[in-house]
Amino acid sequence: MVSVPASTSPTAGEVWRVIAGVCDPELPFLPLVDLGVVRDVDVAHDRVTVTLTPTYTGCPANEWIARLLREALTDAGVSTIEIRTQLNPPWTTDWITPHGRALLGQHGIVPPLLTRHHHHDANPVGCPTCGSGDVERVSEFGATPCKSLYKCRACREPFEAFKCI
Amino acid sequence: MANDPRFDYALHLADNALVLAQRLGAWVGHAPELEEDLGLANLALDLLGQARLCYAYAAEIEGRGRTEDDFAYFRDEDEFRNCLLCEQPNGDFGHTIARHFYFSAYQQALYTALAAGPDARFAEIAAQGLRETRYHVRYSANWLVRLGDGTAESHARAQAAVDTLWPYVHELFESAAVDRAASAFAPAPESLRSAFERTLEATLAEATLRMPSDDWQPRGGKDGRHSEHLSYLLAEMQSLARAHPGARW
Repeated sequence: MVSVPASTSPTAGEVWRVIAGVCDPELPFLPLVDLGVVRDVDVAHDRVTVTLTPTYTGCPANEWIARLLREALTDAGVSTIEIRTQLNPPWTTDWITPHGRALLGQHGIVPPLLTRHHHHDANPVGCPTCGSGDVERVSEFGATPCKSLYKCRACREPFEAFKCI
Repeated sequence: MANDPRFDYALHLADNALVLAQRLGAWVGHAPELEEDLGLANLALDLLGQARLCYAYAAEIEGRGRTEDDFAYFRDEDEFRNCLLCEQPNGDFGHTIARHFYFSAYQQALYTALAAGPDARFAEIAAQGLRETRYHVRYSANWLVRLGDGTAESHARAQAAVDTLWPYVHELFESAAVDRAASAFAPAPESLRSAFERTLEATLAEATLRMPSDDWQPRGGKDGRHSEHLSYLLAEMQSLARAHPGARW
């Protein structure tokens, strides 16, 4: 665990390192930083302000994410923490980092295309198991707001793909 | 300050989203397939998120310390400013889909205009909501096509649903007091109708469904005069919070 030396203000870099260890609660292998929801870190005196942009307005993980960040910063010795929400500009899957995309793929979730390459009637994905492009969208919505359900017609495996927004 | 037109408009947007979210939530555990159970719950969550952002804005404008929960749980039926369409019962799956298609196609046009509007908060809420609403339009349009262009039974039910809910569409596109007061920062509802009708006509044609004919045009939801259905919905939604104020779990 990264900790911040007691009795001194943490630097923004130290705070970023603490945050880098916090993963999305519903994609527990994916650091929040790679999900692209951490907009800004500000350190003023002893006060740390972290600004987040939610993925979906109603995502139940939003409050959970704020709590995880607060806990991680508290454990690292930060005493005054503010978690701010910023909606504008709205989060887009384009903010998922290349590292985050690779992690999604490693966990069997097809990462989103960049929105400029995406057109919504196309099946934007190949099967993560066998690589076939012969896939079918089963449902627009998966177990979390950010994913859709697919199945592969070639190997018959079901899989999830990140929606492009 | 409570006579700020942004306050009433924020409540109007929030009430539309909250009431429809509550209706959709009733499908959880009852939808025809697991995928639709998840789908309808996700639509409800998106709307709930939009409602919360709008209630939070209303609370800030008012500045009297009321919270999102106060607006959702401790206002009575005549204080709700949602359109009548949102409170109509779920009916069968076809009715829920037709209601959602009408509403999300309207909301897509509305959010598109608000996102380009002069009020920064409404613009950012609408820009975020628009990304979600596009999925709602696709989801409900896809289902309308599957049902309409499906079996004889699903076609008949989809047509009945589209016809039954059509009267409530007119209110969406008519200016009420809340819209007139908001003219400096929100689009006139009438101006949204052509975009809505383009989406509607294309979808109904693909679904092999007839355009409903204009007849009865009930209105009043935006002025707090609701159909008999809203009070039952609110009773269920609000009873716990009112019986145990401040309860947490």
